[in-house]
Amino acid sequence: MFWELFQNPIFQITIRSLHISGTATLLSTFWSLPLGMFIGLKSFPGKQFVKGIFNTLLGVPTVALGLILYLLLSTSGPLGFLDLYLTPQAMIIGQALLVTPIVVSLATSAVESVDPKIQDLAKTLGASEVEASLAVLRESMGGIVLAIVASFNRAIAELGVALAVGRNIKGTTQVLTTVIAMEVERPNIEYSIQLVIILLAIVFTVTILTNLLQRRIT
Amino acid sequence: MHRNIVIWIIAIVLVASVSVAGTALYTGTGSIPEKKLVVSTTTSLFDTELLDTIEDQFEAKHPIDIYFISVGTGLAISHAQRGDADMILVHSPSEELMFLEGGYGTCRKIIAYNFFAIVGPEADVAHIKNLSPTQALSNIVDTGRNKGTKWISRGDDSGTHIKEKQLWATAGFNWALLREEEWYVEASSGMGGTLQVANEFDAYALADMGTYLKYYKDRIITLESLVTQGEELLNVYSAIAGNSTKHLNINFDDAITFIKFLISEEGQEIIADFGQDIYGQSLFYPAVNGLKQNADSTIAQWIRDYAFLDGYECPPRYWDNHPELYE
Repeated sequence: MFWELFQNPIFQITIRSLHISGTATLLSTFWSLPLGMFIGLKSFPGKQFVKGIFNTLLGVPTVALGLILYLLLSTSGPLGFLDLYLTPQAMIIGQALLVTPIVVSLATSAVESVDPKIQDLAKTLGASEVEASLAVLRESMGGIVLAIVASFNRAIAELGVALAVGRNIKGTTQVLTTVIAMEVERPNIEYSIQLVIILLAIVFTVTILTNLLQRRIT
Repeated sequence: MHRNIVIWIIAIVLVASVSVAGTALYTGTGSIPEKKLVVSTTTSLFDTELLDTIEDQFEAKHPIDIYFISVGTGLAISHAQRGDADMILVHSPSEELMFLEGGYGTCRKIIAYNFFAIVGPEADVAHIKNLSPTQALSNIVDTGRNKGTKWISRGDDSGTHIKEKQLWATAGFNWALLREEEWYVEASSGMGGTLQVANEFDAYALADMGTYLKYYKDRIITLESLVTQGEELLNVYSAIAGNSTKHLNINFDDAITFIKFLISEEGQEIIADFGQDIYGQSLFYPAVNGLKQNADSTIAQWIRDYAFLDGYECPPRYWDNHPELYE
């Protein structure tokens, strides 16, 4: 029975969507969270300018990023030798870049909203720089979880990047949004509706779980 | 605190099961290392699901994994020029000749044909039913200029769009001037999208028969196919392999294997039978036998006149050591 479920195309597409967008979000968190905390905690010349840049990048259209990535990764592009075009890995990298401004911006505001006295207090109590940052991270956890969840929702719901570098190949790079776009064109409307319901269910479930968690944390 | 832990456990179990299943999906399904063949294709062959049927039958016999990219003729050609596709399936002889002459393609084979249709509202306000294609277009222009109807064009450099421009020229109109007129609307979208716009406006459009029938049978549109007869409406589909001397990464050998499958008895039969069960008629007709037997049936002659390049299915300088394709 489990094997049959595994062979089901809808199941495969759904798992692939979760896997690609989930990995992209985690990957992005690795560089975006430290960056967001750095911007939030430190004062340095041009800080407002850097924050402005990330806030502007929040609105980057997915088709624009998709086109840039296609030109970079496609066979005759400068990164064509990596052989990433038409692979799930390319989609993961693309979505990770797409959500980077979200994590950075939201993490920056989350950290900034923590009372600066906490960091000072931690330091007076003998904490190192890193330990003091961790104290702030704990205090701002609610906002940071929100940043990560918002990123995941943006990644799993986007079409432009997934289509530009993945091209909706059956059994390899098909994710929920690209299949929905294809089936609407074909037109298999009922099948599209099923997939839309799955996509909405994922987004809502993740959001509800986060809300419950957040209420606990904060 | 207790509920907190429960929610964390749920979240962690969800994440863990997805990563396990996702990883299994990558490793489990590709147990036999297969070579991938990237085929950039015109949308009509893909959206009708003909290529799904062909892929299943082909992959059952060959250890080759086909990647179809459905983009329309113009983009399919540009993909292959960049080396992003190993072969193309397209339907625009004039563009195909330029593609071959640019040194990007080899081993062109005509695989199938059907006819375009001029579709329009049931009321047929321009009175074009069963007219010749050129006469029908003149009527549509007259009615359009009197604000009686609209023409919806693909406007996307697809094979269908290029055919439309040729038809306007045959009918004696300058397309570049027509597109500036008010009744001429460019949908800039695929065949399905264009048909839906035309349906909404009660307007006329040029459609490939396969996509039209699918939308019509599914009752997404009520447009009638009004003009379906005439040599001018011939639509010929070809397969062209990429040139592996231009882009070293091109999987030329498997492209030839797939082209040979498409023109084999089996491949041609799949094309002929496709759609019979659902639509009661073929969406595409096989082209290989009609051309091979040198029969001078009307249609074979039409295909030669319309889709042969410099008098050949594929000029010999582009055979790339595969003369057996043209025996």
